[in-house]
Amino acid sequence: MSEVRVEGLSKSYGATTALGDVTLSFPDGQFFGLLGPSGSGKTTLLRAIAGFVRPDAGRVLIGGQPVEDVPVEDREIGMVFQNYALFPNMTVADNVAFGLHVRKVPANERTRRVNEVLELVQLGPLGARRTQDLSGGQRQRVAMARAIVTRPRVLLLDEPLSALDRALRVEMQIELRRIQREVGITTIFVTHDQEEALTLSDQIGILKDGRLVRHGPPRAVYDQPGDAFTARFLGDANILRGVVEPAGLRLTDGTVLAGVTSGAVAVRPEAMRISVAEPDQAHRLRATLTQRIFSGAMGTCVLEWHGQTLKIVARDSELARLPDPGLQGQSVWLSWLPEAALPLIAEK
Amino acid sequence: MIWQVLGRAYVGAILVFLYAPIIVMAVMSVNASEFYQLPFTFSTEWYERLFANREILGAAWRSIWIATVVAAIATVLGTMASIALWRHEFPGKRVLQALLFPPIAVPWLITGTAMLIFFYGIGLGRGTPAVILGHVALALPYVIVVVTARLTSLDRALEEAARSLGAKPWRVTRAVTLPHAAPGIIAGSLFAFAVSFDQFVVSYFLAEPGDSTLPVLIYTAIRKGFTPEINAISTLIIMISMGLMLIAARYAKFGGDR
Repeated sequence: MSEVRVEGLSKSYGATTALGDVTLSFPDGQFFGLLGPSGSGKTTLLRAIAGFVRPDAGRVLIGGQPVEDVPVEDREIGMVFQNYALFPNMTVADNVAFGLHVRKVPANERTRRVNEVLELVQLGPLGARRTQDLSGGQRQRVAMARAIVTRPRVLLLDEPLSALDRALRVEMQIELRRIQREVGITTIFVTHDQEEALTLSDQIGILKDGRLVRHGPPRAVYDQPGDAFTARFLGDANILRGVVEPAGLRLTDGTVLAGVTSGAVAVRPEAMRISVAEPDQAHRLRATLTQRIFSGAMGTCVLEWHGQTLKIVARDSELARLPDPGLQGQSVWLSWLPEAALPLIAEK
Repeated sequence: MIWQVLGRAYVGAILVFLYAPIIVMAVMSVNASEFYQLPFTFSTEWYERLFANREILGAAWRSIWIATVVAAIATVLGTMASIALWRHEFPGKRVLQALLFPPIAVPWLITGTAMLIFFYGIGLGRGTPAVILGHVALALPYVIVVVTARLTSLDRALEEAARSLGAKPWRVTRAVTLPHAAPGIIAGSLFAFAVSFDQFVVSYFLAEPGDSTLPVLIYTAIRKGFTPEINAISTLIIMISMGLMLIAARYAKFGGDR
């Protein structure tokens, strides 16, 4: 178990920058989620830590030791691959024992540790099975067991849940977290699923075009996204831009959001209230309701506001009270608490 | 309906065209008459004579062990080349891959002449080592083609998984790559064996007169005067070759996954 740190990590493939000067610490024993759209460099970063990608510049430190010149097999990592990469010619127990075999662990200790870890992932009785006969969730557990049985310094997970269906994915998220807590291993997890990252992680890092745009505890990043990309990528957000004046932020339609000192704010769809009557709120604007979408307990409303599409999410019982927007739309008020307007830094 | 019948007749005609000469030869190898006369009388005389003929047996034995040595060398070299080509990207890879194919495309007569000149040039001359070297060069591309085809279905993440678990490159090869490539390696070695065992032109050019392989000996024997013993040995060779090809096809599935 060790802290992992990357410093100034860069990697290009031809003209494409996969990683551009990324510096980031993955604290000891924590679960760190790397999040970003495809092509954002999150997998390249993980593979650079594993040693499969050789960075053009920068350092990778595991437990304080630089490992750029250490080959994968000597980095003492555990890795779970997207499609698990279980060895098809071996049983479950042989798969798990592979890393111990390589390390020349004596037979009796090997058996003990394999059984121990199979218990941990709740596959106790399945050791003799062929991996082809397992379900997706069971394969996932084998891959996990195989990666942790060698007691690696860091556990790397490359979208390990993406091959599972939704219900199983939620179950495995809880499992993954439980196993990680019990073993207490520094874990770096790559995903494009923001909900998964928020659920699992102690800390998250958001990448875009090979650059780290934001990192920190999930709630902090969610509550203070800092820039429009993060606000939109993590959850959903209505971005309102304008000009800063002494009274606040003047939006394009003339509305002034009192107290705002940044050139743009993000307002979460669930933080906005919709009403026909004029609300008693400092932060409010008039928009046209164009669509009301029913999707169970929570509903979504789509609104037009000076050429921009806004979205709000609320309990359906609340939305049901609104008049039908019809074809030409319905004029309504949107309002929110001043603290729900999350300041954003100006974009390029 | 009529097209179906015609279609079957067409396929039948092709099979007859392919196999009739072989069947005739096989039948004649167990016909008592020396001059292919009918009626057919079953006899094992030619096989008995064959197994008493030290010259033919000697050549057959030489063919078999040369083919075995060739298959072993070509399989090891070809498998190593296939794995290297599959694993690594390097400048000139395409060119190298293209350069491995001429032995299949260039007529054997030309390859044989070139080898003869070359082996004399480097002082090796004719003889069994020259035959083996020549056969290996001919067999190598077949092994590479078959093993490479098999490797395309290997998930790269499997090798990476083994490395992440601490396995050194050779261990990775042994635990992951070779088991997956095994059907292709077996098929490739059988192809290599067959290429060497059936090889005439290059053997004819490179073998020393007293040291002929079986195909060369058969050719020489036919020129002297055809005897049904040749039918007998040829029938045996065909059975062995076809048997090997069947096993090879079973393992290789010609590039497909099993």
